[in-house]
Amino acid sequence: MCNRMHEIIKTQKLFVQALMCLDAGRCRELLAGLKAGENNSIHPEEVVVPALEKIGQAWEAGDISLSQVYMSSRICEQVMEKILPQASISHDNRLKLAIGVIKDHHALGKRMVISSLRAAGYSPVDLGHGLKADELVEGALREKADILLISCLMLASAMHVKDVVEGLKRAGSQIPVVVGGAPFRLDPTLWQEIGAQAAGNNSAEAVEIVRNFAGRRP
Amino acid sequence: MTMTSAERLKLAFSHKEPDRVPFAITATMHPAREMGLTIKEYFSRPENIVEGQLRLHRKYGSDMLCCYPFAAIECIAWGGEAIYFDQGPPNCGAPVIKKPEDILSLKQPKVCESEALKANLKAIADLKAVVGEDIPISGVTVSPFSLPIMQMGFEAYLDLIFERPDLLERLLQINTGYCIEWANAQLAAGAAAVMYSDPAFSPGIMSLDLIKKYSAPTAKQVLSKINGSAMIHLASARGLAVVDDILQAGFFAMSASAEDDLSELKRACKGKLALAGNLNALLMPHWTEKDAEAAVKKAIAQAAPGGGFVLMDNHGEIPFIVKEDILMAISESVRRWGQYPLNWLSDYES
Repeated sequence: MCNRMHEIIKTQKLFVQALMCLDAGRCRELLAGLKAGENNSIHPEEVVVPALEKIGQAWEAGDISLSQVYMSSRICEQVMEKILPQASISHDNRLKLAIGVIKDHHALGKRMVISSLRAAGYSPVDLGHGLKADELVEGALREKADILLISCLMLASAMHVKDVVEGLKRAGSQIPVVVGGAPFRLDPTLWQEIGAQAAGNNSAEAVEIVRNFAGRRP
Repeated sequence: MTMTSAERLKLAFSHKEPDRVPFAITATMHPAREMGLTIKEYFSRPENIVEGQLRLHRKYGSDMLCCYPFAAIECIAWGGEAIYFDQGPPNCGAPVIKKPEDILSLKQPKVCESEALKANLKAIADLKAVVGEDIPISGVTVSPFSLPIMQMGFEAYLDLIFERPDLLERLLQINTGYCIEWANAQLAAGAAAVMYSDPAFSPGIMSLDLIKKYSAPTAKQVLSKINGSAMIHLASARGLAVVDDILQAGFFAMSASAEDDLSELKRACKGKLALAGNLNALLMPHWTEKDAEAAVKKAIAQAAPGGGFVLMDNHGEIPFIVKEDILMAISESVRRWGQYPLNWLSDYES
């Protein structure tokens, strides 16, 4: 147990270092090493998800930049897609996730959350960006989403999440709405005001929130 | 003796203590409500903006005025569109650069051919005709390195930075030409200085190596060719780690983020770079008048001693939903607690 944990922590550290150097090849090597058998009791996800969490925390602490978070999540997504057969990547692969950006063309946050979710084994449906509230409601219902994730950069668009929550209620849906983005970071109670069920401060937190919801499912 | 806003700002930017801490209430949209107009109607005519800025000054006593309506005006200049909201600033529409190769045929828009930019210049000139030299008017330009976030979307832009540095260089060159022309046009129209809006100069947005490679040299190049001085605004993003780069680029002042430790930032900038900030604009909708007063006192205590400080919000744009009572409480608090010398500080506990 101790050796296994030690190995995971050591690999996570090396993996984060490789991500910070934007070294996709080294990331692939580290995960391929796990898969090749020398550490076959360790699933690549046990390295990738905590690595993204560490990177998210480093960004929140002001230690790294958004560009590094973006490139890290993109590399993780690409590496995981190459290294793992699609069928085996998710323990929650029946959970249907939909994600979109409301009334805004700033789509970077959505892209990072999608990459992190994919790296963690989920297959979110991208509803797009610049969407109206009713388009997000329709998209979530059409996709029969278990969770609707909404990314926002501007306060004005964040306020419109309320319309999505109300639209879902009117349609008799109980799809939980999870939000993330700068307005929710700078105003930590805003997500409750607009009726969301949770808010994430970074893309790794989005994965954690989704996992928590998955754990609550019957 | 009471100073004019221009005298007050000049001393503060020279790292001296004027009669009181200068301040700016950047409630760019609030006059629309008072004038019975929608935000779209308000921004559609330069005359409205001039009237709105004068009302803001009369009501709150801002020491600095600004006719720049919203960042999406730059999208319009590049052939894009602004999407209006009832309760917030217009946002950029779909990116004008759809794919990296579009940069090869991209042409720099001419300020004199853009109706949106010309309307902004008219507002500056008309406002200047009223306020003269007493109240400085700030011009605004989005930096060449931040502009692509609006021109092509952030995700596509980051991909361009990492995958097509050749096209990035070309884009920066085109944007730099535009930025210099736009800044100089505002200075010629009557702006006292230029607010260089550059979130991509923040280590919260771009890595330090990208800042040193692109943000800093680009800013230095722009500043060497504009006919006035410039303050950098990081649009809410942190700046502590790049104070020296900002200084070396040639700025006289920088914005202070609500996410930066203002005391620490002041220590890093003292006597070298003036600060403007750092009231958290996104928390203002929840504030009581007491909260506003406490926030003003805290910011003054952290950054105003010795001058070199302008009290304002962290973003350069106060949300439309913030109540006028709160704006008035900010204004009254800075006029009460911002009088130099700041003798009350010896008993102050935040």
